[in-house]
Amino acid sequence: MFEFKKTGKQQRQRFRLRAVLGALFALVCLMGLAGRLWYLQVDRYEGFSERADRNRISIVPIAPRRGQIMDRNGEVLARNYRTYTLEVVPAQAGKIDDLFDRLRQVVYVSPADQRRFQRRVNEQSRYATAVLRNNLNETEAAWFAAHAFMFPGVDLRARWVREYPQGATAAHVVGYIGRIAENDIDALEAAGTLGNYRGTEVIGKKGIEKTWENRLHGKTGLDEVEVNAVGRPIRSLRRIDPVPGEDVKLSIDLTLQRVAEAAFGDQRGALVAIEPSTGEVLAFVSQPSFDPNLFVDGIDVESWRALNESPDHPLINRPLYGTYPIGSTYKPFVALAALELGKRSATQRVPDPGYYEFGGQRFRNAGSVAYGLTDMHKALVVSSDTYFYSLAPEIGVNALHDFMKPFGFGQLTGIDLDGERAGILPSTDWKRRAYRERDQQRWYAGETISVAVGQGYNSFTLLQLAQATSTLANNGLYRAPHLVHAVKEASEDGRERDVQVEGRQIPLKQANVDVIKKAMADVVVSGTARRAFANTPYQAAGKTGTAQVYSLRGARYNAEKIDERLRDHALFMGFAPADNPTIAVALIVENGGWGASAAAPIARKIFDEWLLRSDRSDPAVPVRQAAAESTGQAQP
Amino acid sequence: MKKLMQLGIRVLTAFDLPLLVILLLFTALGLIVMHSAVGNTDWRFAEQSRNFLIALAALWTLALVPPKMLMKFAPPVYVFGVVLLLGVEFFGQTSKGATRWLDLGVARIQPSEMLKIAVPLMLAWYFQRNEGAVRARDFFIPALILLVPFYLIVRQPDLGTALLVFGAGFFVIYFGGLSFKLLVPVMVAGIVGLGTLVYYEDALCEPDVDWVVLHDYQKHRVCTLLNPSSDPLGRGFHTIQSMIAVGSGGTYGKGYMQGTQTHLDFIPERTTDFIFAVYAEEFGFYGAVMMLILYSLLMLRGLSIAARAPTQFGRLLAGSLSMMFFIYVFVNIGMVTGVLPVVGVPLPFMSYGGTALLTMGIACGILMSISRHRGPAAGEAT
Repeated sequence: MFEFKKTGKQQRQRFRLRAVLGALFALVCLMGLAGRLWYLQVDRYEGFSERADRNRISIVPIAPRRGQIMDRNGEVLARNYRTYTLEVVPAQAGKIDDLFDRLRQVVYVSPADQRRFQRRVNEQSRYATAVLRNNLNETEAAWFAAHAFMFPGVDLRARWVREYPQGATAAHVVGYIGRIAENDIDALEAAGTLGNYRGTEVIGKKGIEKTWENRLHGKTGLDEVEVNAVGRPIRSLRRIDPVPGEDVKLSIDLTLQRVAEAAFGDQRGALVAIEPSTGEVLAFVSQPSFDPNLFVDGIDVESWRALNESPDHPLINRPLYGTYPIGSTYKPFVALAALELGKRSATQRVPDPGYYEFGGQRFRNAGSVAYGLTDMHKALVVSSDTYFYSLAPEIGVNALHDFMKPFGFGQLTGIDLDGERAGILPSTDWKRRAYRERDQQRWYAGETISVAVGQGYNSFTLLQLAQATSTLANNGLYRAPHLVHAVKEASEDGRERDVQVEGRQIPLKQANVDVIKKAMADVVVSGTARRAFANTPYQAAGKTGTAQVYSLRGARYNAEKIDERLRDHALFMGFAPADNPTIAVALIVENGGWGASAAAPIARKIFDEWLLRSDRSDPAVPVRQAAAESTGQAQP
Repeated sequence: MKKLMQLGIRVLTAFDLPLLVILLLFTALGLIVMHSAVGNTDWRFAEQSRNFLIALAALWTLALVPPKMLMKFAPPVYVFGVVLLLGVEFFGQTSKGATRWLDLGVARIQPSEMLKIAVPLMLAWYFQRNEGAVRARDFFIPALILLVPFYLIVRQPDLGTALLVFGAGFFVIYFGGLSFKLLVPVMVAGIVGLGTLVYYEDALCEPDVDWVVLHDYQKHRVCTLLNPSSDPLGRGFHTIQSMIAVGSGGTYGKGYMQGTQTHLDFIPERTTDFIFAVYAEEFGFYGAVMMLILYSLLMLRGLSIAARAPTQFGRLLAGSLSMMFFIYVFVNIGMVTGVLPVVGVPLPFMSYGGTALLTMGIACGILMSISRHRGPAAGEAT
């Protein structure tokens, strides 16, 4: 059906026919456009003219008030205050010099403000608004509003400014807002919500401010106003009120958070405290912290440099970004694995001469102490490395991997904060994927040995350790950790909706769990953490840990002699009360040295605060006083 | 002296006079309207003037290249363009949800723009090669030549450019002899489809309805077009404000530099895609129709050059480039007046932007070249 004769003449004629048809088609389309133009410009001229010329209709977006962020008791972590801005449209304001002369009689304008304003006017269109002064207080605003009629083209604009009254406290949880940047616009456009951000200048950049942006922001309203010849609004035609953002109630307890942060002093580290029955995070510490207020109006260069270049890295969210080998705090889970997988009974004794020999290599206990015959309970209480070294070949790295995975080790927890890292839960599969070279891909049996004591390739976040501890405390009922307790609509009678997460039961034998819990309870009574937990009126349970930063290869570890940054990390994990845990904690003190001396005392302070708080109608309180008196340790 | 005269004549006769007059009118009009649209951000005006000079240089250069040489370049240019598109697919830079740019280290380029010329060039080359025997199966290869870059550009996604590339390529195939038996049913189906969409708008625009072939943002655009008030702060805002601007221009317009919609910042993208709204507001219905007539003259002149070209290659290339101008104008003005969805298609010679102007310059240069190298009026006499 496409065939044509091939003479040039016929081809030419065929082309001409088609060209004429094409031209006709195009002309008909263009006439259609002309018809459309006639419809708009002649037929409907009156209506459009009315909307544009006589009364210019301007749609003014009204930015909603951002929701507040509070702790679980309603104490405010992020709020807004109102401030006023004077804005000028130069084309409508008459002579600028004259304007300043008149304006100075009503509000104060500093020479610096004036210079900045002049510069901006020279840079942009005369029809664009330029800010004349920021931060007018209520009195100044009222005074200007009363005289506004004298100043065509000058507008008083109210806006909300974000403020973080708690400063650096819990800054890594709350995060901060900042000016909407190019990439934010792209993201909003992709999500189809850019329209809702007209009139809004800021957006959540980090922390809860970012992850809960959708709920905190609210819905932008609009004012359709008639504007007269000089651009001043005459009356509102239609108004859709903005819907303020919802308030977010964190699960964080600010008092506990403050106690935890203070306990670190000027040491670097991370701490996560979780309520096992709900998965709610009670305290979330990343030390050192920073002041989020710096970011609200755009951070200045010096502060930014100071934060960014500090060797302490205050901007890093340690509990979920820092990955560490967690050392001996891994042992309770390894012991549980041995019981559950039937590799070793709790009562079986193993000789501990201070080292374990495997493949002609000696793996030593920390400090080269020999514990003699050791069963599982003793191995956890005194933290015998040899016992766990000997478990390693029996369990095997892949079985260990499969057992630990449901506890969340090496997996993203999905907590409602951004920037989480998964870390590494080693297995032979993992190693094959992680390395390129054939001989590096191979798993060596010796590597399992260090994995079993929480060293080697293990690399977990503190959040994962806290979550696993909480799951253990909860007898294997896993609840994903989360930071928001409830969301509340901003209106006065706004409903409060609780945030709940589904639990997932890890199948464990209760008898096995009890063995581990019993041993962990004795760690704080007679084991490595006994000094830190002396005379507690409640029974805690825990495990200390010390993670190597730097391998000394047989040389004796002497904390005083080595560089502070190469010192071991001190860790602690635990929960309390031991029989019915209401709090589970994991913490690390970077380069703190021994877990028993540097980390366990911090956990003690957390447990004391949570369980013995004076305003709690808790039976633990009188017990504590009684205990203190009986041991003669009452305050002098 | 004589040599100099000859050179002068050669340079002047490189241009097709009627086409040159139309282009000079557009240059003047483009700069006049741009001056109003920029407000007092004058650097844009200066840049646009410079863009015109570059486009003129490109036009002149192309005008001096004989069509035979263009034919030689067709396959390498096309292949190069497709390779760059593949480069975008795998190494492109993403901005505003679309991957259109390729960073070559020296400069960032947008290869899809190149295909607007390369696709018709390649197709015209193909039909010229198979001049004598155009059979059914000879339309499968052109379809492939057209659809590969089209698909790659749609994936970026860049609907506006994809539309233009498709249109330019389609018209080559059409001029090359695509059967009306095939064409008419497709057109009827298209009209029926559009009718359905308009009629069942409410049901189809429900948020849960998935349109399978279109991205969500494209669906959003279509729905906003059908009912602009559904998104008054977002996309609908553009269409509503530009319709107000056009409509309030009335029969005679508000006068040069007097457009309130323009100068009070109501028209979005007023120096680029929506510049027709600026023009229509200030010059009114008569002005707008004059511009449509000027564009028609441009297209008709192009088609007449095509009709007189001695080779099939020249005819098809000139014909499709002329029709491409029509597509540009129709889609852009349709979008500004609210009858077509908002896709990024500039208005030729009016919209701000160096790349678009350069493409126009090259297209016009090719038209000039085909016009100039008409050769002995072969076949005309027989």
